[in-house]
Formats: sequence, C-alpha cells, structure tokens
Amino acid sequence: MIVATRPHALTTAPTHYCPGCTHGIIHRLVAEAIDALGIEGRTIGIAPVGCSVLAYNYFNLDMTVAAHGRAPAVATGLKRANPESIVFAYQGDGDLASIGMAEAVHAAARNENITVIFVNNAIYGMTGGQMAPTSLPGQVTQTSPAGRDELLCGFPVKVCEMLAQLDGPEYIARVAANSVKNVLSAKKAIEKAFRNQVEGRGFSLVEVLSSCPTNWGMTPGDALGWMDSTMIPYYPLGVYKDRSAKEAD
Amino acid sequence: MAKWTILAEGCKGCGLCVEACPKKILCLDSGTINHKGHTPARMMDESRCTGCGFCATMCPDCVITISR
Repeated sequence: MIVATRPHALTTAPTHYCPGCTHGIIHRLVAEAIDALGIEGRTIGIAPVGCSVLAYNYFNLDMTVAAHGRAPAVATGLKRANPESIVFAYQGDGDLASIGMAEAVHAAARNENITVIFVNNAIYGMTGGQMAPTSLPGQVTQTSPAGRDELLCGFPVKVCEMLAQLDGPEYIARVAANSVKNVLSAKKAIEKAFRNQVEGRGFSLVEVLSSCPTNWGMTPGDALGWMDSTMIPYYPLGVYKDRSAKEAD
Repeated sequence: MAKWTILAEGCKGCGLCVEACPKKILCLDSGTINHKGHTPARMMDESRCTGCGFCATMCPDCVITISR
C-alpha cells in the first residue's frame, strides 16, 4: 500500500522554488484535493504574479495567469462562462492583499462560486524580499531594514478577519504549512474549499501561512519555527466563516 | 515494514523531512551532490521506518514515496 507519493494533478516538473519554501507543500495539498474529488479533468487554475507565477508548469490542469492581483476577476469570468468547470485562484500576499485587494473583496462580496488559495508569507518573495501589506510589525525586510514601523507604514492586513465580516462568502479559513499537524489541517481546509465549489456553495478562501526562508534570512527549519513563535500568534489559525456549519447547527 | 524511496535528483536538501521524522532516521547525505548542487535526504535505517509519512507530508518537492 502506498502511503505517500506525488498526486496525479501535479506534473513531474521540478519546481523553481527555493529549498524549504512551503509553496511546494501547498501545491501538493491543492493537487491532492483535486485528486480526492476526482475533478482533474474540469479544473482550471489561475496563477498569480509572484513566486508562484509559474504554477502552470506544476499542475496537470488547464491553467492561465492573471495580471497582478486580478486572479479573482479572471476566475469570475471563467466560472460564469463555464459553470461546469472548477476554478481556483492561487495567489500570494503581495498579489491578493495589496494590488488585488479590490478584486478579492468584491469576488467575496458577490459570493462568486470560486476557490481562492491565498498563500501568506508576509513578504514579497519574487522581487527580493520587500515589505508586504502582511509583513508583521517589527519585521525586518529589504524596505524596512529597521523593522516595520506601524506609525509609518500602517498595520498588517488580516485578510481572513476582514473578509469574514462580509455577508457574501461561504467559507473563510486560515491554516499554516509549518508542521505535520498544521499541514494535515490545511489539507482538510483546502479540500473543503474545493468541495464547496463542487456543491455550488460559493466563495471559499483558504489563507495558508507559508515560509520564505530565503528572504526572511533563515534556514528552512528556523523559518517554520518563526512561523510558530511569531507569525501564527499575529495571524491566528481557524475557520473564520463557514455557512454550511452554521446551517448544520 | 515500510519501503522509503526518494527521487534524489529532485531533492533540494532543505531538511524539512529530517526535522519531521519522529524516529530521527533521515539525514542530509553530505557525500552526495545532485545535478542542482544540493545534498539530498537519505534514509539511514529503513528497518526502523514505520511509514508514518511525516517526511513526505513536509516535503515541498514531493520526492518521497512511502509504501508499507
């Protein structure tokens, strides 16, 4: 019996991600959810601008790329034109939480029947480690060498808390990819986000806290530890909105 | 008994599997360098592997296959 192997919805192409980057884990979780639901033939993915811009090389799916931050808008069009397709947007925090904030908020408010995987690593990875809207107070980045100063740069954006205030979305959850336990919970959340779409329930967003060892200046192992000690206390894990659970009560 | 295999050419030597292994039977093989210049993970004692899958769960590159 095979306990663990590469899911079918992932190609065999080696990823370009840095060693220890948890993008690879999150790609696998998405592919495993697609395999589990048997929707590989009708799933369309949308890659963002950011480190995961080349995600189309790694999924055995129909893929496209949206302009920076516009993945939920492209997903809206794809889903409305092809209601039978399962459409997901895979976005980073620089993509979704800054330039693409309007698209994400309005797609959630309209309760578009799409799935958004939001990878939050608190930094702009691809461009070399600049401060992101999600960088933590005091976090050292290329553009905040003395640490993020909230008085100067404002406070980090907590996307899940914000979107959960809207009446629109079906499912909003935050998970992390920093330990076996958290990765297994992330797997369940991602699968639920896809199942919601298959069942026609509406907008599902899973925020996955991720690491960026290269730009955080840490070893891969230390980066996961930093997530535990610093990032998760600021971005608490959990389900922020789940309309199906409310209905069941 | 579990059978543990790795696609060493795809391993980036990040060591997340080594940290995740509850039996501490994985290591980075400093004597091997793959084509990308990384030192891939290696199983030191397969007879003690329970096939829990923790290493594969944390592997960002999907290069570990486990069967039992």
